[in-house]
Amino acid sequence: MSHLMKETTMKPLGDSALIVQLGEGICPAIHARINYLSMLLDEHPFDGFIEAVPAYDNLTIYYNPYSVYLSQTNRTLTPYQQVCVYIEKLSKQISEKQGSEKRVVELPVVYGGEFGPDLAYVAEYNGLSIEEVIQIHTENEYLVYMIGFAPGFPFLGGMDERISTPRKETPRLAIPPGSVGIAGKQTGVYPLETPGGWQIIGRTPLDLFLPDMSPPTLLQSGDKIRFVPISSDKELKL
Amino acid sequence: MTVTVLHQGLLTTIQDLGRYGAQKYGVIVSGAMDSYSLRIANLLVGNEESEGALEVTLFGTSLQFENDQLIAITGGDLAASLDGEKAPMWRPVLVRKGSILTFKSGTKGARAYIAFAGGISIPQAMGSKSTYLRAGIGGFQGRALQKGDTFDCGEMNALGLSFFHQLKARDEHFTWSVNYKPLLNLQQPQTIRVLEGTEFNRFDEQSQQLLFTEPYTLTTQADRMGYRLEGTTQLTLIEEFELLSEGVTYGTIQVPSNGQPIILMVDRQTTGGYPKIGQIISADLPSMAQLQPTATIQFQKVSLEEAQTEFLKNEWLIEDIKRGIQLKGQRCLTKN
Repeated sequence: MSHLMKETTMKPLGDSALIVQLGEGICPAIHARINYLSMLLDEHPFDGFIEAVPAYDNLTIYYNPYSVYLSQTNRTLTPYQQVCVYIEKLSKQISEKQGSEKRVVELPVVYGGEFGPDLAYVAEYNGLSIEEVIQIHTENEYLVYMIGFAPGFPFLGGMDERISTPRKETPRLAIPPGSVGIAGKQTGVYPLETPGGWQIIGRTPLDLFLPDMSPPTLLQSGDKIRFVPISSDKELKL
Repeated sequence: MTVTVLHQGLLTTIQDLGRYGAQKYGVIVSGAMDSYSLRIANLLVGNEESEGALEVTLFGTSLQFENDQLIAITGGDLAASLDGEKAPMWRPVLVRKGSILTFKSGTKGARAYIAFAGGISIPQAMGSKSTYLRAGIGGFQGRALQKGDTFDCGEMNALGLSFFHQLKARDEHFTWSVNYKPLLNLQQPQTIRVLEGTEFNRFDEQSQQLLFTEPYTLTTQADRMGYRLEGTTQLTLIEEFELLSEGVTYGTIQVPSNGQPIILMVDRQTTGGYPKIGQIISADLPSMAQLQPTATIQFQKVSLEEAQTEFLKNEWLIEDIKRGIQLKGQRCLTKN
């Protein structure tokens, strides 16, 4: 399903960002390379570099084209080309070395009912019982590939494909904080009330966004997590 | 240097140029929808162009000044009045103690910016004064301004003081103003320049053409997070596919499976999983931010080279405007 690419490929995301592709698909080895490149950029930023956002198999790099232009000695290159040349060079330093020991975070979840309005649909779509969906969702350990979409929202790898379900056709306008969802082969948790198109199967009482802390999120890229079913909605304190 | 909110209006928030560096934690950028207008408002009162200012949406906002204060109003023309008389825009303005500034209606454009000489005295949250409404952080206690709120302004710098004293001495408004028209289009309907998006080639040929030929209508579901557009024909993929979530940016045009495009604005999510058919060029984002719901939009295809050239041209224009304002300030100083 996934493969590493030794070549880095780049494509523009508008005139002030670009996406560096380091492989294709969901795979811990690709993920490790992306985090490595992100770290290299933090250590060796180019003039005009704003920030980088890791995803499953690529890294989005945000830059200011004017600052890049001003830093150029050779003005035959466009700012985009200039950044590509820099990233090409930097990505040669990516090493295959594995990162440090992963911590495991447990997330308690109330499945179904008013907290998981799409649980029955996920079961029906996959020809499973509701209990089977819960069992499959809680038995795996998940790797946090990226945080995105909302502050502290973890995108997790390792979900069993037996419960994968497409996104809703039209996104909901408001999903309550703590909601646990499935979108395609991905699962995740909503830290804040936001619109979104994921199938909602349950809810956790934990806060994922901690704006006064540094880093400001309960989970970070590289963590492992496990969902633990809880039955009482009293535990949710809702 | 205290300002009191008499009426909050539709939506008034404190914004600067945005909160950067924490998108990898999912923390959104926020900031002014029309960054050119915010930057020029700040420059006109001697502030750093990245200082926090008020973003006023469409109508209803009313402020009272407890002291003489130098301000500048830029952005959309929301029929601003100062003690009942038309308030001048795009120039430094001296507001007298007790004066009331009111925004009546969106005459042209959707968002006005008010910069205060010395800036707004509020703490930064995660490196920015921008209000992040959904998370309740930044700006004024993490929320939109409400009736009865008060905030203070900081110390004016030399340029601010020079305008302040000159205006006090002449007892009438400046007659000069910044020409914003090369930077900002407040007309409707509007042509917006667009680059092919990262999934442009995954859409069928008809959809690829429709994007640049069909007029789109801005629906009423248009806020700081995103603009939902409506066209007569659905944009369709050659074949359905599930895209992994990845980074998105201001002006990304994504298409959910209902086939109607959504433009991501400043309060957008940091990542998205819908196919991206296009990307609005940075130079046209401030004009996009000034569109009112029901406005008609025509997309025009441009190349990345053109987009980056337009980006640089506008930065040079802002440099020129900055120099021009500084010269006006120096002239005031010599006259004094």
